[in-house]
Amino acid sequence: MKLELRGITKRFGSLVANDDIDLTIEPGEIHCLLGENGAGKSTLMNVLYGLYQAEEGEVLLDDVVQRFAGPGDAMRAGIGMVHQHFMLIPVFSVAENVMLGHEETGFGGRLNLDAARAKVREISARFGFHVDPDALVGDLPVGVQQRVEIIKALSRDAKVLVFDEPTAVLTPQETDELMTIMRQLKSEGTSIVFITHKLREVREVADRITVIRLGKVVGEASPTASNSELAALMVGRSVELTVQKEPAQPGPAGLIVRNLDVIDHLGLKVVNNVSFDVRAGEILAIAGVQGNGQTELTEAILGLQPRVTGEISLNGTSLTGLSVRKILNAGVGFVPEDRTEDGLVGQFTIAENLMLDRSDRPPFVKNGNLQLGFLAEFAQEKKDEFDIRCESIYSRAGQLSGGNQQKVVLARELSRDLKLFVASQPTRGIDVGSIEFVHKRMVATRDAGIPVVVVSTELDEVVALADRIAVMYRGSIVGIVPGNTPRDVLGLMMAGEVPSGVAA
Amino acid sequence: MTTTTAPESISASLESATIKSWKAPIAYAIFTLIAILLFVVNGRDGVSRFRLSNEADVIQLAPIDNPTRLTCILLVVLLIAITVYATWLSSRAKRVPLWLTILFAVAFMWAFLTWAAAGETIPITGLLLGTVALSAPLIFGSLGGVISERVGVVNVAIEGQLLAGAFLSAFVASVTGNPWAGLVAAMVAGVLVSFMLAVFSIRYIVDQVIVGVVLNVLVAGLTSFLYSTVLTSNTPLFNSPPRFPRISIPILSEIPILGPVLFRQTVIIYIMYIAVFVVWWGLFRTKWGLRLRAVGEHPQAADTVGIRVNPTRFWNVAIAGAIAGFGGAYFTLGSVGGFTKEMTAGAGFIALAAVIFGRWDPIRATLAALLFGFATNLQNVLGAIGSGVPSEFLLMLPYVVTIFAVAGLVGYVRGPAASGKPYIKA
Ligand SMILES: Nc1ncnc2c1ncn2[C@@H]1O[C@H](COP(=O)(O)OP(=O)(O)O)[C@@H](O)[C@H]1O
Ligand SMILES: [Mg+2]
Repeated sequence: MKLELRGITKRFGSLVANDDIDLTIEPGEIHCLLGENGAGKSTLMNVLYGLYQAEEGEVLLDDVVQRFAGPGDAMRAGIGMVHQHFMLIPVFSVAENVMLGHEETGFGGRLNLDAARAKVREISARFGFHVDPDALVGDLPVGVQQRVEIIKALSRDAKVLVFDEPTAVLTPQETDELMTIMRQLKSEGTSIVFITHKLREVREVADRITVIRLGKVVGEASPTASNSELAALMVGRSVELTVQKEPAQPGPAGLIVRNLDVIDHLGLKVVNNVSFDVRAGEILAIAGVQGNGQTELTEAILGLQPRVTGEISLNGTSLTGLSVRKILNAGVGFVPEDRTEDGLVGQFTIAENLMLDRSDRPPFVKNGNLQLGFLAEFAQEKKDEFDIRCESIYSRAGQLSGGNQQKVVLARELSRDLKLFVASQPTRGIDVGSIEFVHKRMVATRDAGIPVVVVSTELDEVVALADRIAVMYRGSIVGIVPGNTPRDVLGLMMAGEVPSGVAA
Repeated sequence: MTTTTAPESISASLESATIKSWKAPIAYAIFTLIAILLFVVNGRDGVSRFRLSNEADVIQLAPIDNPTRLTCILLVVLLIAITVYATWLSSRAKRVPLWLTILFAVAFMWAFLTWAAAGETIPITGLLLGTVALSAPLIFGSLGGVISERVGVVNVAIEGQLLAGAFLSAFVASVTGNPWAGLVAAMVAGVLVSFMLAVFSIRYIVDQVIVGVVLNVLVAGLTSFLYSTVLTSNTPLFNSPPRFPRISIPILSEIPILGPVLFRQTVIIYIMYIAVFVVWWGLFRTKWGLRLRAVGEHPQAADTVGIRVNPTRFWNVAIAGAIAGFGGAYFTLGSVGGFTKEMTAGAGFIALAAVIFGRWDPIRATLAALLFGFATNLQNVLGAIGSGVPSEFLLMLPYVVTIFAVAGLVGYVRGPAASGKPYIKA
């Protein structure tokens, strides 16, 4: 089936998320949509899928104009979608999720669960998935949840299948498996739209590439284009893909973690017997697929986790069991993984956010009074130093773009007198320009002789920044390896294997 | 170089550590202490008689005579034993099983009744019969609450739906002389209140709790106004609804204790049994229920498979209103026999508590409603037999029972994820 989008324009208030976009997907091709975060890729696909109504433009299937009032119509027309944020109901079983919306029923509207189970088994068998139709979706790891999404789309006989950033949550090996599945689908005649911002993947499977920037199609590229060509097209200027840094000059061990366990509210050991050192002036990257205990580990260092055993010490003083306030005062800077939830107060101004963790003492507070004059000066200075793009320091932090929000968090944390810097997913969902900036500041922090811990699920980032890499899997550290370790070895370690020659 | 990662859950393969929970032993210990102080230290002498049958029953059961002090002491010993056992379980990081809590509750209640009824007789059937009567509107209300919250709309307006149902059923049944017409009118009244809740919360995205509270006040004011201006102007014509007769079900009604309690009831109660089952079956076994729950858990996911979220919410909130309104008819056509101002007296809020206590499950919510009804009726019965227990203490009783139930029985509760959140499409 041939799919064509003509002149699609979609606005959110004054923001033009899609600006007169034309796109054609030929039958049986894998078409890549490449673009930075916020370029408008998901918006375009949601228009195609009937979730959003476009202001202008039309969707054609085999040269026939379609009118989709909702996703139900799009699905009936043969369009399926694996959403960036999975559209699965966690408290339902796999079979229930797959049948939802086109349920087979018996007497009195009784659900025919057996038919749904059979459908799940049949499609699983076709692609070699191991999916239990009766498992609760919320209990499944994300990789399997994604397969449930694929089964869901295929159970409705999708002819065009859209994958929206499917690899963001996968290990490199799972990514390879997904590529195989995509090729298999293609050979069965399904057209595929594959959305990503990772260049490597694009070149591996794409038949054609369309690049989107700031809501507009900025060009087509062939899969043979080089990384830097694609990146330049995507960002609109040539970018440095690697981080410039001198070799580390590590000093004595600053942060020492020994036999750390963190137990969650269900009694599971989400961090299991973790030990590592970070020396002054080096960056230790903690790699691993999302949800393998990295979040809990950083939170434990900051004193945010309630059930922690083991020993954490910084420059010889123990941090174990101290309150968050005391740990911050001991000189720990922290960039949380979810900046809008834990990093900022969206309703506060930029200036207020910049003093958030020093609201108990001079110079920001004297005798219980905010020193607004000092705060204004301070905020203005940080705005310039960190290149925070905003109308004024009194704009609300929630209105900034992701990259600028992250700069506010960085400015706040790095303007304290630090002894340790911990950053969790520091560049998630921010633009390439800001990524470069954030990376430079992290290297500068390292070069100032501060131990730096970076948690990242993006292998590119880990490889670019790390002096040493610790890979986490199911709560434990699989191994700690040098920063120049090849990617395929890291990929194996992220799946829990210890390659020979690596000291665990 | 490919590896297959085993497709199993990460959490399932993590080592687990033990978290000790002391909630149950602490709750037991507090109640055991109360029991020791009241039933032993402050113990009473005499014989407490529990009557199990009425004269009309075919099968007569002999009353149970409990020597007050001895029974109390024995039961308190049992309570202490249970507490010790629960402490032992917790110290070894084992879960305290549900049956233990139920055993504890029964023993405590028996001791309490024995103590309170020293030298008196407690009619057990009467106690339970009153329980069903007081619970009926709570059960209908909580069924309405379960449906509404499961589809994603917080229903604080149960009180208003009950009251509107009570009012309109009394009026219509009086004027037409037909109680069945009253039942239909009660459902219409509940649906009308629901429509307002649905329009404001779904269409105009007003905060659902605020709409609910406002509706309650509105219905209370409106029915009170109409009561004093219309109903009292001609009570025989407007406010003398015919009541449903009690129907004895052959054989079943002769079962000792349970028969008279459950099977010599009005048609409203029989419909209630059916309603509880139908709502449960519908929610968990049918297409209607699957879609309803999907909309309340993750509306966007439901939208992406072609379920129209807001219409689904709208009509299910209307169904919820019909059920709650029906419950309102019990006040006028099933028990009291005429409308009075604000006659629901907070039953809607207790029903709301039953929804949460029952974890958004129709069967559990029904059991919770029965518990609340029992506690309230216990207070009535003990007051009526003049047991010598201070009346202030009796007034506390329903709440003490509630606290114990919540502390001991309800663990971590999680409601429908999208309940209370409007769904706005771009
Ligand atoms: N529902 C929405 N309301 C308002 N703005 C939105 C909404 N969805 C996306 N946007 C904005 O539209 C732009 C494009 O977003 P999106 O399509 O998600 O980008 P991509 O998928 O390419 O990362 C972004 O600036 C985003 O903030
Ligand atoms: Mg996107």
